Amino acid sequence: MDLPQNSETGNLNREEKLSPAKLHIAQYIVALILAVLLIGLWRLQIVGADGYRVLAEANRIRKVPVLAPRGRLFDREGRLLVDNYPSVTCYLLREQVKDLSADIPMISRGLHIPVDQINATLHRFQAAPKYQPIPLKQDITPDEQAFIEAHRNELPELETLDEQRRLYPRDGFAAHLIGYVGEVSEQMLNNDSRYAFYQPGDVVGRSGVEQTYDALLRGTDGSRDVIVNSHGKEVGHLGQTLAVPGQDLKLTIDLDIQMAAEKALEGKTGAIVAMDPHTGEILALASRPTFDPNQFSVRLTRSYWNEILSNPDHPLLNKAIQAQLAPGSTFKIIMSVAGLQEGVAQTMHIPCNGGATFYGHLYHCDKNHGMVDINNAIPYSCDTFYYTLANRLGIDTIAKYATSLGLSQKTGIDLPDEVSGTMPSTAWKLKTQHEKWYAGEAISVGIGQGAVTATPIQLARALSGIASGGVLRRPHVVFPDEISAEQLRSVQETFPGSGEKTIPLTPENWQIITDAMYAVTSSPIGTAYAAHLDGIDFAGKTGTADLVSGREKNSSNKATLPNAWFVGMTPRRNPDIVVAVLWEHGYWGNNSARLASTIINTFVEKQRKRQNNLHIAATPPSAVTTALIDPVAPTTPAAQPKSPQPN
Amino acid sequence: MTRLSSYRDFDWILLGFVLVLSLISVFEIKSATLHTKFHGFEQKQILFLLTGLVLMFVISLIDYHRLVDISPYAYGISIVALVAVKIVGSKVLGARRWINLGGGVHFQPSEWVKLVLIIAIARYFWSLAGHDLSWKDIAKACLLVGIPMALVLIQPDLGTTLTYLPILIAGLFLGGLKIRQAGIILLVLILVGGIAWKSGKRLKPYQQARITAFLDPDSDPKGSGYQIRQSLIAVGSGGVWGKGTNRGTQTQGDFLPIPYTDFIFAAFCEEHGFVGAVGVLLLYLLILMRLIQNAQTASDLPGAFIIMGVVAVIVFQIAVNVGMVVGLMPVTGIPLPLMSYGGSSILFTFLALGIVMNVRMRRFVN
Repeated sequence: MDLPQNSETGNLNREEKLSPAKLHIAQYIVALILAVLLIGLWRLQIVGADGYRVLAEANRIRKVPVLAPRGRLFDREGRLLVDNYPSVTCYLLREQVKDLSADIPMISRGLHIPVDQINATLHRFQAAPKYQPIPLKQDITPDEQAFIEAHRNELPELETLDEQRRLYPRDGFAAHLIGYVGEVSEQMLNNDSRYAFYQPGDVVGRSGVEQTYDALLRGTDGSRDVIVNSHGKEVGHLGQTLAVPGQDLKLTIDLDIQMAAEKALEGKTGAIVAMDPHTGEILALASRPTFDPNQFSVRLTRSYWNEILSNPDHPLLNKAIQAQLAPGSTFKIIMSVAGLQEGVAQTMHIPCNGGATFYGHLYHCDKNHGMVDINNAIPYSCDTFYYTLANRLGIDTIAKYATSLGLSQKTGIDLPDEVSGTMPSTAWKLKTQHEKWYAGEAISVGIGQGAVTATPIQLARALSGIASGGVLRRPHVVFPDEISAEQLRSVQETFPGSGEKTIPLTPENWQIITDAMYAVTSSPIGTAYAAHLDGIDFAGKTGTADLVSGREKNSSNKATLPNAWFVGMTPRRNPDIVVAVLWEHGYWGNNSARLASTIINTFVEKQRKRQNNLHIAATPPSAVTTALIDPVAPTTPAAQPKSPQPN
Repeated sequence: MTRLSSYRDFDWILLGFVLVLSLISVFEIKSATLHTKFHGFEQKQILFLLTGLVLMFVISLIDYHRLVDISPYAYGISIVALVAVKIVGSKVLGARRWINLGGGVHFQPSEWVKLVLIIAIARYFWSLAGHDLSWKDIAKACLLVGIPMALVLIQPDLGTTLTYLPILIAGLFLGGLKIRQAGIILLVLILVGGIAWKSGKRLKPYQQARITAFLDPDSDPKGSGYQIRQSLIAVGSGGVWGKGTNRGTQTQGDFLPIPYTDFIFAAFCEEHGFVGAVGVLLLYLLILMRLIQNAQTASDLPGAFIIMGVVAVIVFQIAVNVGMVVGLMPVTGIPLPLMSYGGSSILFTFLALGIVMNVRMRRFVN
């Protein structure tokens, strides 16, 4: 090493010191720099502390929704109809990642969702605030749940949430009545003020009771404040707002009657409504073909949706309130009310020769009934009699009575999308077709053909009113005392209808009509004698509504077969149950009468069993045999008519 | 006075401040790594500190004049090492900065080059003492610092590169740069900077991003904007008194990036508030003032130059690191001396302080 060793010896030239002034300047510079940093700290920690504290909290606290279990549905006797079951849903937290699109292929593989579908979901929630979790897949499998857990670090945006899902009865049992739940649609959110406070992704009732009583059934979601780290992993929790479970609802449905109705309609197309005329409570409401609401409550598969859409009989249609069809001969009851109340029908004695000619046109009757009056016109279902009656009354008188009995108006049942049917009149024709009414057109209306259409629920309500002496009730599927007065008012405002009212019906007329209806099933001349029930005061009226002109009932083309109607009740006056049956392409009204009789039978057996039990409890066993009710015991009208004329 | 009898002249007060700050650092590293896989780093930091203390005492035994004498050779070796690291160094996060010495020991030459540069600059300006600085002298000084800077920049390691700059500035300032010369240099820099900025503006955003990525590969996948934001939230939400040890939500929740190294001051500010932060800055002030005082009492120019070189590096690192944490400076990845976790940083600081002690112990020589 030949280093210059001058440091040991020292060099005078190099003995100088740094000038103290420069070092002072250095001190000032150091102090100045630290002062600037101090100001920076002051700005953040003193001036901005509150703002940053909020940001820090927003960073670490995440609101995890705690979903409220939906209220369960029970039948009138407290038997469970709709329950919930635990399920896991996968949510996407968009805030958690910078570049979500890069993760989509991995998410797609792990959760078995097509990439397109994920993108579509993201698009749907584009407008929603970023912090809001997006439901990605419902009812995920344990495998998919394990995938999410295993990829917490790579996919912090995936989150699972335990939920309660709807469990509906199998095989579409009472599906139209109960309805189903689904995600609230964009259309509902944008166009319907009732959904103004809903968020995209919220599960709402989309039809039936689920839709009408959604506000009650849904409850109030709670939330849990959890502490998370930057990966979204939960490391603790703060507080929580408990979810308020939805209200359980007791429906007016009687499970036994509903089962009888479902069974009666098996393999058929049509609808059955059973109603308690005293109150308007719906005891059973079934429609066929049906659908599986369980398929709707989780994400609907395309194949199932296509299957429903391609079915020509429209499985989603609740035919009990949405099928508006010609009522056929069941309309003759309404004709009878009009004829008797107008004082016309009592004196009519018409010879039936298998038809009659009006305005130069021959109108057929299916048989040669001979002399017919009001008492046997109903059991015969004699068209000639009602052609004549219709001709004498005129369309506007018929329309007045039909309308007062609720036709061409919604009944106001607490189920969505009810239709109102049609009751023609001169004013109606002028308004809808801008044409004059021809008197001849009233002839077909007299037998429930022509332009007149009605729904099963309308016919059930009309018959209820007639059989109860003129007292009409608003049909409903939820007991009014199950809900608050305010909610009841809201439901009634949402579903306006002809509601509760009393129409004039003199006791004599009431007796004539109901006795004639009893003869329909009890007299060998009655059209539904085959459906008669021994020992049961079962009365009713058949209807065979032609779909094509000319009788082609024997045609092999099912679509042209007439619709079979039947409306019936027991007992014949002030009945406890009224049943309306629509069997599309059921060929003869009598066929529907047999369906109705099974329901009436179920009802009466149940009623008797209950009464027997009461008697057994109250009286010695020897008294039981006398407990059977007299099927033809005369009764008094439920309400006395206030005026002889209908309003 | 013998060279070995002077521990009475060791700056025990300075060492006291340094140890207090080191202790604060150990506690904050413990808190910041509590819930992470880096749990236990505070023990390694204690090990680094003990090693640093030993090295500090060892280097204070060697007369700093000898260090000044061998500095040209050390400088030469440094250049070779920096070239070597570019060729055979291990690649970490896209940059070659380390030479693997085996047995888990990594050597980062760029930290040690800092020390060599401090001494080399001291020697250079010492040799010019008594003269006015010519433009040639200034150019030579710039070259002396510029060569290693360029080599570190291509590793690439922008942060360490920048820490060489204050050594040059301090040397020029104390070496007698005239105000007129300083003014001209500043004017040229502004002009060059202006042109660079203008041409930079013509670059497309992705090109700028590429350059940033090249210069600063440390940038987190989540982006430096995210880092700064989380740092500001951490510092700000600490408020006056802080959230308490182990209770900083930003630090413990892993929102604050690398809270035990580059962002340790943010973690400290969150948990100990403005009061704690002022305390730490006060400690730095005391340490730096004590160092400058030692420069005043140094027996000769090279000693004073060395101390002021150390002061310049430490002040610069504090300014850049704390400035980054409070949002006044961009993210560069420069550690905070005596606070950030890391062997190289700790050892450099203690070696530098050892040389300062060395100068102080020999202040009465001659």
